[in-house]
Amino acid sequence: MNRFAELLDRLAYEPGRNNKLRLITGYFREVGDPDRGYALAALTGALSFKHAKPALVRDLIASRTDPVLFGLSYDYVGDLSETVALMWPKGESLHNNPPPPTLSEVVTTLRTLGKTELPKQLERWLDELDETGRWALLKLVTGALRIGVSARLAKTAAAALGDKDPHEVELIWPGLAPPYTDLFGWLEGRAEKPLNRDPAPFRPVMLAHAIEDADFQSLDPVDYIAEWKWDGIRVQAVAGRDSRGHITARLYSRTGEDITQSFPDLVPALHLPGAIDGELLIVRDGRVQSFNVLQQRLNRKAVSPKLIKEFPIHLRAYDLLGDDENDLRELPFADRRAHLETFIKKLGDARIDLSPTVAFDTWDALTAARADPASAGAGEDADAVEGVMLKRRDAPYLPGRPKGQWWKWKRDPHIIDAVLMYAQRGHGKRSSYYSDYTFGVWTNGEAGDELVPVGKAYFGFTDEELLQIDRFVRRNTTEKFGPVRHVVHEPDKGLVLEVAFEGLQRSSRHKSGVAMRFPRISRLRWDKPPREADRLETLERMLKTEAA
Amino acid sequence: MRPQDILLPTAAGLCCKPGGFHIDPVRPVDRAVITHGHSDHARAGHGAVLATQETLDMMRLRYGENFAGSTQAVAYGEEIRLGDVRVKFHPAGHVLGSAQIAVTCKDTCIVASGDYKDAPDPTCTPFELVPCDVFITEATFGLPVFRHGDAADEVKKLLASVALFPERAHLVGAYSLGKAQRVIALLRAAGYDAPIYLHGAMEKITHYYQSRGIALGELRPVMGVKKAALAGTITLAPPSATSDIWTRRFPDPVTAFASGWMRVRARARQRGVELPLVISDHADWDGLTATIAATGAGEVWVTHGQEDALVHWCRSKGLRAQPLDLVGYGDEEESEPPAAGEAEA
Repeated sequence: MNRFAELLDRLAYEPGRNNKLRLITGYFREVGDPDRGYALAALTGALSFKHAKPALVRDLIASRTDPVLFGLSYDYVGDLSETVALMWPKGESLHNNPPPPTLSEVVTTLRTLGKTELPKQLERWLDELDETGRWALLKLVTGALRIGVSARLAKTAAAALGDKDPHEVELIWPGLAPPYTDLFGWLEGRAEKPLNRDPAPFRPVMLAHAIEDADFQSLDPVDYIAEWKWDGIRVQAVAGRDSRGHITARLYSRTGEDITQSFPDLVPALHLPGAIDGELLIVRDGRVQSFNVLQQRLNRKAVSPKLIKEFPIHLRAYDLLGDDENDLRELPFADRRAHLETFIKKLGDARIDLSPTVAFDTWDALTAARADPASAGAGEDADAVEGVMLKRRDAPYLPGRPKGQWWKWKRDPHIIDAVLMYAQRGHGKRSSYYSDYTFGVWTNGEAGDELVPVGKAYFGFTDEELLQIDRFVRRNTTEKFGPVRHVVHEPDKGLVLEVAFEGLQRSSRHKSGVAMRFPRISRLRWDKPPREADRLETLERMLKTEAA
Repeated sequence: MRPQDILLPTAAGLCCKPGGFHIDPVRPVDRAVITHGHSDHARAGHGAVLATQETLDMMRLRYGENFAGSTQAVAYGEEIRLGDVRVKFHPAGHVLGSAQIAVTCKDTCIVASGDYKDAPDPTCTPFELVPCDVFITEATFGLPVFRHGDAADEVKKLLASVALFPERAHLVGAYSLGKAQRVIALLRAAGYDAPIYLHGAMEKITHYYQSRGIALGELRPVMGVKKAALAGTITLAPPSATSDIWTRRFPDPVTAFASGWMRVRARARQRGVELPLVISDHADWDGLTATIAATGAGEVWVTHGQEDALVHWCRSKGLRAQPLDLVGYGDEEESEPPAAGEAEA
């Protein structure tokens, strides 16, 4: 545990991505199984211990320390795990100095321990560990590591152990389980590559670049297929046969999170083995509903029959990554599209249909279609169209955001996806709620990508959304400076806000160099990880366009 | 005699009326008794200054020859009569030359401990426990979250990082009086014998330490050294310099900071410190409480720092305790370090 704690401690301070990788890879090299496997599980968020709650930690410290001293300390430190780790008084029962627990011991014990035995066990460990160990233990059990390491980064560090492409690890990942001894065996060249036995695994998604006017000059319309850009949620719907030949179907978010449970009504439609890339929408009486309607179905814990009936789910398919046993990702998009059309026909389910292509032969024709989707084929669904997608006919399906393959061309040029960075309480009827938001976009910093604030917004959201953001702010505050809360804004943790604005101006008063006119929150993108938010370069290009 | 008739907080600092002097005055006074050389305690412009030889030398180094009207050096253990009181200096273990000042009037003894630590430090005389009736303690780290471990382990952490990143420079922020020399001495004790580089602002005081017989090994000014030659080396600099453009002369520097504040992670992150080294020249919580108890004092006055928690603790142990509202001490540690690199902790 102490070696793992040392790693977490070091990672928490290390800003550079490459140095983080080195620290993690170094740990994997140095530490044996199964400890390193549980460490990988912790870093990828694959561990959770349902009984360990912050309230339990408070009770433990209350039984050992003066409440006034704890109160003053907590107020100063601002983090429960850290306060407790720092001020934990050594127990008197430790005459024989038992060795501190290993990480494996902690993980395996916590998995089997009942709720009533947990406090005593935690107390014993806290007595045995040093400060960093206690901090790491409390972070681990309460599930809030917050050390700026994404699951992807941890997997990349593991891949580096065997000089493998992180993508390879990503592909077999869904079939693996802690402590990943088979994975490490393969990475160290001692064993065969583990097979992904998951019948319905997630495939890393392909993303599009925002297109700029200048880009069109070098693009030939003949090379591209255009589709509507639907205002829903990007999902991957995967079905496969398990070892007994039964179909397993799963729905994944764009980041690979399994969201099947939220949409049980779509599962029966996925009755053929395959992997569809598409947009999740609400369709009532054959008409696609706006994103606001879809949002009312999202993030609900319980999916009631009433909810299913009022918000009928729909999958609009635009790509096929696998057809039965065949991986189609190496095929050109045009071929995959042909496979997709056949596949959707075979499925024959009203809940899944094909995203139509937009016919065009010149960029002018596409511009006209984008300006008026209703008369260009989108018909009554036009309200749910937020632009067009351009996909190269010959593009294979590549994970990430490969250059020049897919383009997105949104209808409103003055919309960006920004990341919530700071929040302040509002005034008047919004006092006590965090309703003033500072948001930022990505830019190249000294230590890699960093967020730079580009504006502030305090309207545009509904009262319901205000409650949601307020809750998010309070639960995800990393620091407090007077009335200002720093809200978690890391590549994989944070809230993406879609910000609409009327114009852009240069500003020397802002660090980013730009100022927005009338920015407002147009939508909450709970589905989007912060790393996919827009970049400052996008704004700078808009600025040039505005000037011209 | 009531203790407050012997020593009383005033705007200029702690005033001893029967003795006719102030301890560590923050404004110019006729007669000053100074505990140690840090700039928040030792200021220029007093009439007469009574301090240890080292403290006087440091003041001279910093403020020039005419920093006071007259000076008088006093040795540890030497007793001096000032007015109606007797004054005696005892080692405080904070930095070279630092002293606690015991003021005795009739049969009441008050110890003004200045800044102190009870942890070992190869660069200064160890802290001496002085039994007294009233103990005046600092509270820089007066919260139970501040527990400073063995400084040698922190230096091991630094050396492990140097081994892990041999192509990077390690830049250690350390207050230029005391902390820097202690870190160097600890590095030497850990077996590190390569040259250690110094920021220009540290040279004078560090050479003074060497002149007092403290072995610090080979030290080199960092100025003028080629960037590539600094890979794998350790440089000590004032904390303010480690976040300055000055750092561009180093190859991919790892920023370390040696301070008791580094115990709290947010403090390190706010400063952009990658390698926090918990090395403090102030007593930690356990040190403060153990020292208070050991002096046998029935009354405790708590100054600069986290007074609330320490006063609460004293009272819970049945001691009379009160915060002393003295201003002007330790401020540099809480705020951003001043540009001149003169902050100390």
